Amino acid sequence: MTAEGKGVVGVLFSSLAEKLQNTLRKLKGKGKLTEADVNEALREIRLALLEADVNFKVVKDFLGRVKERAVGLEVQQSLTPGQQVVKIVYEELTALMGGGENKIKWTGQPPTVIMLVGLQGAGKTTTAAKVALYCQKQGRRPLLVAADVYRPAAVRQLQVLGEQLKLPVFSPEKEENPVGIVRLALDEARRLGHDPVIVDTAGRLHINEEMMSELGAMKEAARPHEILLVLDAMTGQDAVRVAEAFHRELGLTGVILTKLDGDTRGGAALSVRAVTGCPIKFIGVGERPEALEAFHPDRIASRILGMGDVQTIIEKAQAAIDREEALELQRKLRQQDFTLEDFLRQLKQVQKVGPLEEILGLLPGVGPWKQLKGVQVDPKELVHIEAIIQSMTPEERRNPGIINASRKRRIAAGSGTKVQDVNRLLRQFEEARRLMQHLGDLAGGKKGKIKVKFPPG
Amino acid sequence: MNLLKKLKQSLTKTRENLAGRLENLFAGKRGLDEEFFEELEEILLTADVGVATTLELVEGLRQRARKENIGDPASLSSLLQEEVVKLMEHEAAGLQLAPSPPTVILVVGVNGTGKTTTTGKLAYRFRQKGSRVILAAADTFRAAAAEQLAVWARRAGAELISHQPGADPGAVVFDALQAARSRRADVVLVDTAGRLQTKTNLMEELKKIRRVIGREHAGAPHEVLLVLDATTGQNALSQARLFHDAVEVTGIVLTKLDGTAKGGVVLAIAHELKIPVKLVGLGEGVEDLEEFRPREFALALFGG
Ligand SMILES: Nc1nc2c(ncn2[C@@H]2O[C@H](COP(=O)(O)OP(=O)(O)OP(=O)(O)O)[C@@H](O)[C@H]2O)c(=O)[nH]1
Ligand SMILES: [Mg+2]
Repeated sequence: MTAEGKGVVGVLFSSLAEKLQNTLRKLKGKGKLTEADVNEALREIRLALLEADVNFKVVKDFLGRVKERAVGLEVQQSLTPGQQVVKIVYEELTALMGGGENKIKWTGQPPTVIMLVGLQGAGKTTTAAKVALYCQKQGRRPLLVAADVYRPAAVRQLQVLGEQLKLPVFSPEKEENPVGIVRLALDEARRLGHDPVIVDTAGRLHINEEMMSELGAMKEAARPHEILLVLDAMTGQDAVRVAEAFHRELGLTGVILTKLDGDTRGGAALSVRAVTGCPIKFIGVGERPEALEAFHPDRIASRILGMGDVQTIIEKAQAAIDREEALELQRKLRQQDFTLEDFLRQLKQVQKVGPLEEILGLLPGVGPWKQLKGVQVDPKELVHIEAIIQSMTPEERRNPGIINASRKRRIAAGSGTKVQDVNRLLRQFEEARRLMQHLGDLAGGKKGKIKVKFPPG
Repeated sequence: MNLLKKLKQSLTKTRENLAGRLENLFAGKRGLDEEFFEELEEILLTADVGVATTLELVEGLRQRARKENIGDPASLSSLLQEEVVKLMEHEAAGLQLAPSPPTVILVVGVNGTGKTTTTGKLAYRFRQKGSRVILAAADTFRAAAAEQLAVWARRAGAELISHQPGADPGAVVFDALQAARSRRADVVLVDTAGRLQTKTNLMEELKKIRRVIGREHAGAPHEVLLVLDATTGQNALSQARLFHDAVEVTGIVLTKLDGTAKGGVVLAIAHELKIPVKLVGLGEGVEDLEEFRPREFALALFGG
């Protein structure tokens, strides 16, 4: 665990996992998790969540659910009860924040209208430009609409961003009413074939009724397909009330979390997700226009819990690779009979857990595994790989050495891929086999550098 | 309108608000049982006071209640306020002015907290007292930042020194101080670009700005104001800590208190870092800036 900053707060975070392990070690192998065990574990987690700015009520409900799931569970051999509770917390967190469609919903009848709303200073204008750039990179022709007529130079700010990115910006000339601006902008978009239309609105307080109903009127005029709340990731306990108010007034379709490139734990993400049910569609991770990323629930979960390092990886690995399977895998690694079928299963697991490279890269003593770049899988590729492996005979899968040129042609034809694809897969497999072998050695203690909780081999 | 009134006004806007809940709690007939303290803890936590400071405050009250044999919740209310005032009351909290003009005030903070707006409001404040004010547009990074400050300069009747976008902020500050000298200005307010406190290169840039000021005018800057958004949670602590490490923050401006009427995290900051809150922002208008008064703040937030 790395100590996060100084002071009480930092200590609180960094020691969460340790504390859990220490106070609960004595319970190891005790049979079932009792209510007392769970309560003890949850006390620390409660503090971690609160320090991460997760809303008090949300914490309460959330831990209630965790408790329900945890009490009475068998204590697993491989985990201390504390770890086991953390694992459940982590899974629940991830589940809670995932789900929901986290892509932009495109309409069949363009233009798709995207409206960005939020408090003052949340980062709406910058985010509008980022979303526009993102859409442009997907081959679309966005139109930015400067509808913040209140903050000094807000319109100018969007115009400058538009000039920098060579993106068109619709800005009011005579029109001073945001509703009117939106109407004119939509006409323009239809006339010039722009899609999407991205509306930057003025920041406002959720308790300012007049300003909130102005948003309602803008919605009426724009009929947006997406209404996204732009929320500062550093927001505290009030995030829920802010989100609720915007959701009540407008019916949000999603959230964009900004300023996540700092050291905030981002508990507001959880709060807002819990009270509105809206998916987090993007995160802002920098001031540059490119600094917009897809949202990964698992990353924010470990961030909120403040155990981004080894602990998380252990949890992740353990969640995905069950004990028997890992044992079996390791035995195979030892005996060099890691087959293409194992490889496929492995890839699927990697997909579940996160890029293998990322997991291994974080382990102390392992360092960056540049070679693993080739093993990273994107879901689309996985479908191909699966098809290729399924087009092989059982014999070929067990013993890829026999796959000659004519077999390759047959496999490619059978799987609807090219011979090059088959070749690449075989190369990746070889690479993986080599690395797995190495990893097996490490985990088996031959090098003694890392203590991943792979079962003893 | 005074701070207390304004705060109370926004408090009543927020349903289920802090003060209301505290009022209920302290008016309760229940006596000082475990449940009472738990609820007090909950109320403080939901005001962003933070775990460590909350636990300490509540534990302190618990012990005093025991020692002084206090049994009814009502008398604990004033004790809590007392504790909060004690936390917030540091030395002279007013703005430090230069013995020989100009007074130089450096305004810093993370993105979007209200630095430019606060700079504008401050300029207006000084102008009201008849001071000659120069605004330095040292945010040369964010699009249209200088234009935004220019609008505020017009509103306040201040003079603006700005360069091209992307120019060296140190050079802007240098020019502003030169101008202040030749025009015999009383006050120079330096608006800087928002930056996350963890970006070391940007914090280095800020240090450099501070050095330029110090070199051009001995004893300056007279104030380094960290602008904090009152809606911010526990990250405000990290902001205060790291900005303080970089440029020796002399005071905090707590903005957007019209929206949340909380900002409890300043208690944690006072507790841990002893940086005084000097001003609060209560809206987007030129006049929506008030001096911070710990007693009123405590009363408005925790007085019920
Ligand atoms: N309601 C309210 N809004 C405020 C207050 N202070 C600033 N704002 C608003 O917050 C938004 C951001 O303010 P700015 O002054 O641009 O913030 P900044 O820190 O200069 O922002 P960057 O320079 O982009 O980092 C604007 O819409 C302001 O009108 C306040 O006290 N109350
Ligand atoms: Mg600014």
